[in-house]
Parts: sequence; structure tokens; C-alpha cells
Amino acid sequence: MSRPHTAEVYRIDWVPGTDWLHGTCHCGAERDGQDPVEMWEWMLAHPAGHDIEEDR
Amino acid sequence: MSSFARNQWYVAAYGREIGRELLGRTILNEPIAFYRTEETGEVVALADRCVHRRFPLSASRLDGDKVVCGYHGFTYDTTGTCVYVPGQKRIPRTARVSAYPVVEQDSFVWVWIGDPALADATTIPRAPHLADAENWTTVGGMEPIDGNYGLLVDNLMDLSHETYLHGGYIGTPEVAETPMTTEVDEGAGIVRVSRHMDDAACPPFYERSTGIRGRITRWQDIEYHAPCLYLLHSRIAPQGVLPNADGTDPDAFHVEITYAITPSTDNSVYDFWAVSRDFGHGDEEMSAFLHDFNREVVMQDVDALNLLQKTLDTEPEGYQELSINIDTGGLAARRILARLAAEGAQGAVGAPVPAAAR
Repeated sequence: MSRPHTAEVYRIDWVPGTDWLHGTCHCGAERDGQDPVEMWEWMLAHPAGHDIEEDR
Repeated sequence: MSSFARNQWYVAAYGREIGRELLGRTILNEPIAFYRTEETGEVVALADRCVHRRFPLSASRLDGDKVVCGYHGFTYDTTGTCVYVPGQKRIPRTARVSAYPVVEQDSFVWVWIGDPALADATTIPRAPHLADAENWTTVGGMEPIDGNYGLLVDNLMDLSHETYLHGGYIGTPEVAETPMTTEVDEGAGIVRVSRHMDDAACPPFYERSTGIRGRITRWQDIEYHAPCLYLLHSRIAPQGVLPNADGTDPDAFHVEITYAITPSTDNSVYDFWAVSRDFGHGDEEMSAFLHDFNREVVMQDVDALNLLQKTLDTEPEGYQELSINIDTGGLAARRILARLAAEGAQGAVGAPVPAAAR
């Protein structure tokens, strides 16, 4: 049974047809990368480093 | 691997496993004896060691609702209080064993491991399909694995292994090839991993149970309620058939795959598994097929994880791993488990705080 989402949701999409991961923090910050370890580190460092959208 | 998360609910058994015989299970390294009371049928969970000489109470006998130690007869009531010792009237004040908070829900018996004062039954995650025989037909079982529970979490969070470990059973090439989305709901302690295959081969298991021939649309939506309950919502339909706009989905087959991942000792875990379907109700032959087939799949995991743990035991300390995209969900689960373990260890003197998940 599903529970309702809380406000603090982090999301990583594996972009179809590519090797890229697209991360979205609950604060709206986004990032692209190819390493899930590095992606989670960035994500969970919130709010540090979440004010600048980085390019691929 | 992270250490165990205390101050959490864990599945100790299926309700059907506990009756008027004592059942011993070790949960998070704590030996516990379970039984049901005679009158009310409530489940009792007591520390599985007599205070006298540590004899296992699970190897003892019941006298009504009391447990009589099989060695010297120390007798305990349902609260763990010793009410009789042999040969003397005075019962030492310290003669008691711990009683664990227990809740029976959705066919599982949940036990609270940690400070009993913090036990809140409303925080137990639900798996209502397991107790809804009208709409779901369920088969299941439990297999012990000689491996750290983290190996089973890794295994279940990354279903791309189905293609290789369970090829020809539940795995087809599309599982490993299809990108997925991963969500961590930090507040709720839930990791969700979704893999939607729009055009996939139908594995023999689903071909035989659903009767679908040809390509399928196959959705796998994982919901991991750390640390113990894992739900996999599986949807199978003929290729291109989607749910209706109003949410109804009459032309698809739904299977709820439930796991309870309960650490036993540092290097063993109870793997509770159940497969619930919304079709073929009352079809005993299908139930037998699904039970045997899924048990075979579970045993493929058991064998692989037994081997993996044995191999890891021979690795030098601090061995390296390599994580790629398929591990996004598993990494998220490891991190939540590390956080829960750290939270559960707070206040415990000398308890180690696990290193952050990699």
C-alpha cells in the first residue's frame, strides 16, 4: 500500500537512451551526472551546492 | 555494510507459524521465543534465555500461558516475570526476562527491537493485500540466508539481476536494459524504484500464469519501507495496454510481491517472501505452480547470496566495489539504513555509528 509522499523527496531519473542520470532535489535544484555515488553525495549535501545549476 | 537499525519494527514470523508450540527466532542478534496465549490467541515474545542458566525457553514447554523452563522449571508469565522457581518460596527480584512489543498485522507478526517505550504500532508499514483473501490470492514462505541482510537489500533494490540470475524464469533482457527512476522520501523513510518496460518479452512464469502470449507491457514499482518491508507492485498487460484514465485497470494482471527482510545475526537474514495475485482465485493448481516456481527463484537468490557472503568473508578489509546506474536504488537504501542505524544507536553506550553509505 502506498503512503503519501512527504515534502523531502529526492529523485534521480536515468535518462532513457543515455547513460546519464538526472537528479532533482526537493528544493528544485537539478544536476546531471554519470555516477550514482557522486549524484547522491551532491543530492544529500543539500543545501550546499544546490543554488547553481550545473551543465553536463 | 551498515550495522543494524534498532528501535524499529521487524517481521519475526508469519502469524500461521506461531501457535501453542514455542518458536525460537533470533532477530538483530536477540534470541526470542514466541507463542500464542491459550484464551485470546495473542502472540507473546519473550527473551529466549532463562535467567537462571541461560537455557533456551524456545526449547521448553508451555503450561497454559506460562513458559516452564525445560531445564530447572523456572516459570514465566506473559510479561516475562518469573512466577515460580523450584524448591523455594522467595523469587529473586531480578528473575524476569524481557518481553518484546508485538503486533500481528497483514498476516505478519511484527516485533519491536529497541526501547519498548518507543514502540508505536502506527508506524508499522502496511501490506494489506496479504490479509485480503477476497481480492488477492497469496503464496509465500521464508528462507534463511547465510549472509548479511544488506546483501538481500542490494539484491532486491536492483532488479536488473533478474536478467542474469533468474534468466528464463522471471528475467528477460529488457529488465537490465530499461532505465529506472529512483526516489527517496527522506521523511517517510521510503525508497521507490520504478522501471516501466513498454515492450518486453513475457517471461515463462507470467506466460503460464496469465495466459498472455506475445510481447507485454511490464511495470515494476518498488516501494522499500526501510528497514524491513519491501513491496514490488508488478503490472503485466499485453503490449500497449495501459490503465484507464480513471485509474481502473481491468485488462492488466497485477502481482504484489512482498518481502520482509529481517536481520537475524550479523551474517544471516530471514527472507520472508510472498506473491499475491489478483487473478486465478481458487485455482489451486496455479497456486501450487506459483509457489514452487517462486520458491525456485528465491532459492536462486539464496544460493547466490550464500556464495557472495562466503566470498566476501575471504576478502581483505575495506575491499572496493564499483557502482553504476543500476545501483542508484541500492545506494539510496544503504544510506537510509545507515541513517536509521545511527538514529537507533543514539544513547546506546559504546554503540558504533556506521560509516556513511558509499
